[in-house]
Amino acid sequence: MDLKGKKVTLHDMSLRDGMHSIRHQFTLDQVKKMSTVLDEAGVPLIEVTHGDGLGGSSLNYGFGLHTNEEWLDAVVPNLKNAKVSALLLPGIGIVKELESAVEHGISTVRVATHCTEADCSYQHIKKAKELNLDTVGFLMMAHMAEPKRLVEEARKMVSYGANCIYITDSAGYMLPDMITQRISAIKKEFGDEIEIGFHGHNNMSMGVANSLAAIESGANRIDAALAGFGAGSGNTPIEVLVAVLNRMGVETGVDLDKIEDAAEDIALPIMGKPTRISRDSLTLGYAGVYSSFLLFARRAEEKYGIDARTLLVELGRRKMVGGQEDMIEDLALEMAKEKGLI
Amino acid sequence: MKINCALIGSGNIGTDLMYKLKRSEILNPLWMVGIDPKSDGLMRAKKDGMKITSDGVDGLLPFIKEDGIKIAFDATSAYVHGENNRKLAELGVKVIDLTPAAIGPFCVPSVNMVELLSKDVQNVNMVTCGGQATIPMVAAISSVQEVEYAEIIATISSKSAGPGTRMNIDEFTATTKLGIEKVGGAKTGKAIIILNPAEPPMMMRDTIHCLTKDTPDKDAIIKSVDDMVATMQKVTPGYKLKNGPIFDGNKVSIFLEVTGLGDYLPVYAGNLDIITAAATSIAEKMAEKIVAGE
Repeated sequence: MDLKGKKVTLHDMSLRDGMHSIRHQFTLDQVKKMSTVLDEAGVPLIEVTHGDGLGGSSLNYGFGLHTNEEWLDAVVPNLKNAKVSALLLPGIGIVKELESAVEHGISTVRVATHCTEADCSYQHIKKAKELNLDTVGFLMMAHMAEPKRLVEEARKMVSYGANCIYITDSAGYMLPDMITQRISAIKKEFGDEIEIGFHGHNNMSMGVANSLAAIESGANRIDAALAGFGAGSGNTPIEVLVAVLNRMGVETGVDLDKIEDAAEDIALPIMGKPTRISRDSLTLGYAGVYSSFLLFARRAEEKYGIDARTLLVELGRRKMVGGQEDMIEDLALEMAKEKGLI
Repeated sequence: MKINCALIGSGNIGTDLMYKLKRSEILNPLWMVGIDPKSDGLMRAKKDGMKITSDGVDGLLPFIKEDGIKIAFDATSAYVHGENNRKLAELGVKVIDLTPAAIGPFCVPSVNMVELLSKDVQNVNMVTCGGQATIPMVAAISSVQEVEYAEIIATISSKSAGPGTRMNIDEFTATTKLGIEKVGGAKTGKAIIILNPAEPPMMMRDTIHCLTKDTPDKDAIIKSVDDMVATMQKVTPGYKLKNGPIFDGNKVSIFLEVTGLGDYLPVYAGNLDIITAAATSIAEKMAEKIVAGE
């Protein structure tokens, strides 16, 4: 694979997707430290929000230790070069919350819908464009739709004002050829009209490989996180990705030593238990389940005595989508009743 | 004697509502108003012998007096409802608003219909489909004890969510949140809506989480919830308590499934039934008052 000379924007997820790893409990000091080292290492874009985005703080997804505004205020003023983004899932977050995040210093917003429901992003993308934000349409669970359908959905988001489209492997399900098919289809349709991005989860250990396939097919923005912070088995580990891209001659502007130190010395101690591919998080990837379901399934296992893997496989079979965390406890209750456990 | 009604909006909600009204013993759906002459709803209404116009509410206005239209249902969008309502109110028509515009007071029949009828309001707002399904549960708990925070997650099948719902999804969350507070009685509310594209389409699911101020009175809450479910089933037979109430500290969780009657879209679209059935029930009470000459 020849990627030599390509330029890629790395987008750090440690302080957003990474929120899932620690139940949205980052302290202000932790987000300040992590964002500062990311900035010093040369990471150009950092996402900072509750794991489920603006408006995500809830009983369903877990209350954040701080509000998004508090986290943003701890990060934005300390950055020398890096810019900050927020995530917004229509149906969870609203335009009013986007406006507030803009007041607190974000310059990019990623409006995320399930990959077949892009028309729910109309209000938010339109507003983001009006606010002159770098506006990204983020198609989640992209393994669940064929390339042709993804192109149609991307077209809707671009028509509302998105200047970048992401293919998002929320379940960490896809293998490199699936990435190639999807990103190539978007590239073929839009050419240089928009930027294309890829967001991976490492549940099948495909984070780096899928990112390379995405770059080869035309993506120039890649999401990754320190030490693989992130839901499930984490996002693509940024320090590994930078090392690989260095070897391949891809320009990222990120300093390898500094990003390795950031992962090892700053992120890992905060993470507590290091992210690894466990049997449960592997099951997410294998069964095609939204990665943030992991900890909820484990809690349901503890509470109702139903194996987390059994729950995850059944949730996948029922084609649950991102945001349906409430259905995990519901399913555990259903199964526990059937087994006479409650 | 039946009271003549007009249906404004020929999308999913308007068309489902048409079938509900046709079964009413006191309401006569006479007009269906749309903006697209080829819309499925308008064609069905025409086939069923209703009068139709594809010129929006302005196409209906000249016929309000001569056809004796007393009640109109607006199932268009929050953006046009204000203007529609103004025009209809001028002609003395009572309006049941099925958009999230919320000009008039919120109406969740199982919770506050009696109170609203006593006030003789011109316009009532039906909150949202998710609100109609979940606010009664919040109210059932808040009638037992103080609810500090209530959060609802409404999941509907993609096929049952029309373009109006999708393009105005913020109005859904904002209006439902307000309804949870004002009618449900929670100090703070939050609403989440999820669209699921699975095939075959999934039934409407609604989850309600409440945080009570003090330790929940389990027995009283279980009874209050059961009573409310029974009340809801009188109007929406497919309203079912799947799981719960589950108690976890001060958190009370309820898991519902709402199966529709399959009047327009198939039974998975319980989200249509829950709001059209509620709108029908308040309209019937209004009609009874009109008939009684009040």
